[in-house]
Amino acid sequence: MNIVTLLDMVSSVDPDRVILGDRHEGVTLGRLRDLADRAAGVLSDHPGRPLLFSGTATEAFPIALFGAAVAGRAFAPVSYRLAAGPYAELVTDQLPTTLIAEPTSSDQLREGPELSMATPAGFVAAVRAAAPSGAEPEQDPEAPAVLLHTSGTTGKPKVAVLRHRHLTSYVLNGTEMLGAGPDEAALVSVPPYHIAGVAGLLTGMYSGRRIVQLPNFTAEDWVATAAAQEITHAMVVPTMLARIVEVLEQTGETLPTLRHLSYGGGRMPRPVIERALGLLPHVGFVNAYGLTETTSSIAVLGPEEHRAAVSSDDPAVRARLESVGRPLPSVEIVCRDALGEPVPPGEPGELWVRGDQVSGEYAATSQLDDDGWFRTKDAGRIDDDGYVFVEGRLDDVIVRGGENLSPGEIENALLQHPAVTDAVVYGQPDEMWGEIVVAAIVTAPGSDPTPEELQAWVASLLRSSRVPARIRFLTEVPRNDLGKVLRRVLRADSEAAAPSR
Amino acid sequence: MLLKPGIKLKASGTTTEIIVIQAPAEEVTLTCGGVPMTADGAGEGGSTEGEVLIGKRYCDAAGTVELLCSASGAGPLAMDGEALVVKAAKALPSSD
Repeated sequence: MNIVTLLDMVSSVDPDRVILGDRHEGVTLGRLRDLADRAAGVLSDHPGRPLLFSGTATEAFPIALFGAAVAGRAFAPVSYRLAAGPYAELVTDQLPTTLIAEPTSSDQLREGPELSMATPAGFVAAVRAAAPSGAEPEQDPEAPAVLLHTSGTTGKPKVAVLRHRHLTSYVLNGTEMLGAGPDEAALVSVPPYHIAGVAGLLTGMYSGRRIVQLPNFTAEDWVATAAAQEITHAMVVPTMLARIVEVLEQTGETLPTLRHLSYGGGRMPRPVIERALGLLPHVGFVNAYGLTETTSSIAVLGPEEHRAAVSSDDPAVRARLESVGRPLPSVEIVCRDALGEPVPPGEPGELWVRGDQVSGEYAATSQLDDDGWFRTKDAGRIDDDGYVFVEGRLDDVIVRGGENLSPGEIENALLQHPAVTDAVVYGQPDEMWGEIVVAAIVTAPGSDPTPEELQAWVASLLRSSRVPARIRFLTEVPRNDLGKVLRRVLRADSEAAAPSR
Repeated sequence: MLLKPGIKLKASGTTTEIIVIQAPAEEVTLTCGGVPMTADGAGEGGSTEGEVLIGKRYCDAAGTVELLCSASGAGPLAMDGEALVVKAAKALPSSD
């Protein structure tokens, strides 16, 4: 089946339901299906070729996504924040193709027989003016639907292939058709080139939950839009939540209509989620863990589990606030050692995942083993009750004197110090230990903790092997545009620089 | 007939339509209201005692087949005489 079939179904049942934009003036399900049909005609220039889309999250995004699906073309969102050189290279790799982009992104590229170009606004205008195409979408579940570039924080980005069956499995296994109430509205602030941007659009559409897009995230706009549009549901990455918490504290805004806030896309610092839980007691929080290659979420920690963790006296239950919950019913996750052998509950290892939504496939190469398992390259563990703890990328695990140390655990300890506002922990090669623990921290204005004070602080909370051998003081932690820490940048200048202070 | 993921089938004499999500390896007869389903839904209608609902997934006890109803109508759905039942979906918190 085709992802557009999901839109066919909901638009046949409830064509007048507003699905996109303002409650009164937004686009209805029936209109979205009509625009996708017209878009297929506009997209007949390079049949069978990927459609490159590097606009922000505006109405052009769903129209292009579903239009491409009707036309039988894969939708390939591309970051509009790439530098001009890599951007032009990426587009050239995909020729012949169609590119929907703002002129600022594409100014090194010229239109020609192999490259059609349009701005997002120009594309939408052309679609509105086009005649209905009447195209009948192909139903081949094996056809590629979305080509997504992984974020590549640890290496060169790869193109993950998500076929129609991966996306439709994800939607059908987790979403009830038109299950959203008429007052529900979701605020989407992740960009189209992030898996949660694509998945959120599909699950929002199928559940009938009105989608309000925030094309350029700022915490001030997010809070103002959530209040003005009476938003009930939202998804954010951890750095966004940290900024939102600050704005809520400054403005006193309580977001009374918000019911459900999910977060994912990186490790959530415990102080941030605890502050958010305190500021928004009426909101159900959901921690979601997933990868581009797994079609978004594969494990969730639900609202009740958050509340139980916060109010529990049992340290094991409280610690679940740092877990990503349990696997979705349609997904299996196991923890294995470097040789692929299962490790006992609670022991560290690598997380492997299997399920209908798991693509595990990059352009032309599948990374699934013969039994369908995909190695996430995420370090983690699974406790006796099946709660999954993600410790970060396997490449980021510090091996000190033969002991595997999780940066996340040490970062959380540092973040609990009142003078520390941000912390990243990584390994630095060392002749004696193999690797030593280095902490790069940002301190609160006006505070001036010594390295010895911070080392003593960590030693009071964790075993001595976890105490950073070296502390670097930074004004800012290097992150990519979605808040993922660029550890390779820190490691590189760590090796160049002499120990600080 | 040999089912394949992605194919759409229509019932005769009613509005029911399904899409095959998961197909058994061997040939089977898929019926709606006791009458075989086909690509075009032509032919005489069958019984209309049951109901098939859009958005629901239907499967057999052994889990060899899964169908998604894409248009509601009369039923019931059956494969080789075994009535297919609604696959219980577990309500999940929205995560993206």
